[in-house]
Amino acid sequence: MDSRRRILDALRNASPPAAPAPDLSRVGVRWDDPVARLTDAVAAVAGKLVRVPDRAGLAAAVAALAAELGAGRIGSAVEGVPGRVDLSAISDPHGLEGLGLAVLPGAFAVAENGAVWVSGDAFRPRATFVITEHLALVVSVRDVVHDMHEAYRRIAFPAAGFGTFIAGPSKTADIEQALVIGAHGARSCTLFLVG
Amino acid sequence: MSSLPVFQGGHPEAAARFVENEPRTHWHDQSLWFVREKRDRAASLVPDWEALRDAAAGIRAHVRGRLPELLEEFERNAVARGAKVHWAADAGEHNEIVHRILAERGVTRLVKSKSMLTEECGLNPYLEARGIEVVDTDLGERIVQLRHEPPSHIIFPAIHLKREEIGELFHEKLSTPAGLSDPTKLTEAARGHLRQRFLRAQAGLTGVNFAVAETGGVVVCTNEGNADMGTSLPPVHIACMGVEKIVPSLEHLAVLIRLLARSATGQPVTSYTSHFHGPMPGGELHIVVVDNGRSRLLADPAVRGLLACIRCGACLNTCPVYRRSGGYSYGWVVPGPIGSALAAARDPASHATLPFASTLCGSCDAVCPVRIPIHDTLLGERRTLAARGLIAPGKRLGLALVGLLLRSRASYEAAGGLLRFALKWFPRFLLYGPWNVWGRRRELPAPPVESFRQTWRRTRGPLPSPAPRGKGSPGTSAGGSPRG
Repeated sequence: MDSRRRILDALRNASPPAAPAPDLSRVGVRWDDPVARLTDAVAAVAGKLVRVPDRAGLAAAVAALAAELGAGRIGSAVEGVPGRVDLSAISDPHGLEGLGLAVLPGAFAVAENGAVWVSGDAFRPRATFVITEHLALVVSVRDVVHDMHEAYRRIAFPAAGFGTFIAGPSKTADIEQALVIGAHGARSCTLFLVG
Repeated sequence: MSSLPVFQGGHPEAAARFVENEPRTHWHDQSLWFVREKRDRAASLVPDWEALRDAAAGIRAHVRGRLPELLEEFERNAVARGAKVHWAADAGEHNEIVHRILAERGVTRLVKSKSMLTEECGLNPYLEARGIEVVDTDLGERIVQLRHEPPSHIIFPAIHLKREEIGELFHEKLSTPAGLSDPTKLTEAARGHLRQRFLRAQAGLTGVNFAVAETGGVVVCTNEGNADMGTSLPPVHIACMGVEKIVPSLEHLAVLIRLLARSATGQPVTSYTSHFHGPMPGGELHIVVVDNGRSRLLADPAVRGLLACIRCGACLNTCPVYRRSGGYSYGWVVPGPIGSALAAARDPASHATLPFASTLCGSCDAVCPVRIPIHDTLLGERRTLAARGLIAPGKRLGLALVGLLLRSRASYEAAGGLLRFALKWFPRFLLYGPWNVWGRRRELPAPPVESFRQTWRRTRGPLPSPAPRGKGSPGTSAGGSPRG
């Protein structure tokens, strides 16, 4: 008998009587001012939030960030933000090593925890968001959701796909609980909130 | 008297070695309490925290009744998105499957992100014996791997080490300057070292925090981004999961994700919460679904609730025993309250001291995000051990004596009176003789002038009749009947 059958049979024989469907009616948070809450949450995850009045001002804001970070190689998957590296032309993700700043579109931001949903469909290669030295995410102020429940209602995986919530830069506290920013991934994470 | 060292190599003996270094024990205790406090602050910022815990407990109970159908649904959807799903009945088969996937593709360099399941299965030594270089990439895991040690905590693998020790290790292994112990600089050195390993890896292996039946995807949470590096550079991703990691749909995932990081580290969410549905373009995604004793736990009503665990580590951080005895004193892959309960549920004879590595204070239950009744389970396991004759003779005798004293009001009161008398009048050498295990490292308390009952009688009159004996009274653990 193959293991699949064996495991499923063993679980079937061991299963307790069905428990009722969980009650999810009492969970969820609504913030009076989601953008204010998001601002606090982004700070709490060691990220940076920059308000940009409109799309037209985005390129200049990104350029200012790149200058501040001293990032030479910039790759962008956001319309209207020019990059010096054509990300879509990179077929081998190893070619991304040394990327200074990646600018990627976020689908929405979550007020409760400062996370931004980044869909793998919006950029190639997948490694871009984590291999880059610094990361910038762009989200419209209209796309701020209250909590993770609302967030997951906006997500679907109709086909193969990758998506990740990114909350601030890469970090670790594995040496004596001391928080260190920039473990393996981006050393900084800036959220441009447009509008 | 409840920890006479009779069984060699059990928790009391290992813990005794740990507490020999008193300043270090104190430091370890404080480090973990710091995390517990961060968890409390994070929870207090979530208005619906207790409702979330209720919902999470409900989700996990619901899932336990539907595991086979949810796993089949997960498999269908994962395959439809291009993943390959493998099934492993035990640790050996898990290791064979992973090795076969690597060997068939000629992989000799594997990067791993954290997976307690692969620790449980002993994957690293298995692969290394077959010529595969395995690099743990979580910073804490890399530190203990370089020291040839297992993790001492499921979230902070190197929590038992001081920065100076890590500095020495990195000086030896990564050629950092001698005497360097600044965490930022040490982390930077590890980043450079591991970046090279990521770039030359041929495959990446991750654990799985959650698998979603409805979408066929697996979710991996990290702060460092090591799982994302390891799965987006090499073309082959192997994800290993226990059968209990399944959730029905994304709405259930939302509840558990909101609880996980807050309970684990006090962060509102991990830096990266990555959802893998099928492989990268041109790559491969292999998902290994592992039983390894979980179906046996599911069959036992007394312990099946342990399968709800999401491995956040909150019960370790809060446990007065774990904080003062360290992860290695448990002698099993998952330490702390949940580890003790799991280990004794799987193999009571080999882990007979672990259900006693608890004060039954219930702090674990108070922080558990999925409301596992951990200390009740430990108490039930003590009863099982007693019924099966697995408690060391000295401890059994001690517990029998305590049981006798606590069985009647008269003997209890007499014993209390005798103790108060002894504490007040006996010389130190009598009080702190070799029989006083508790007093080896502690001062006995100053005796009260009178007992609570005496105070009651003096101020309120006769005592009310004793209540009927309920479940969960610690004094009955040796003599009580086994559960189930």
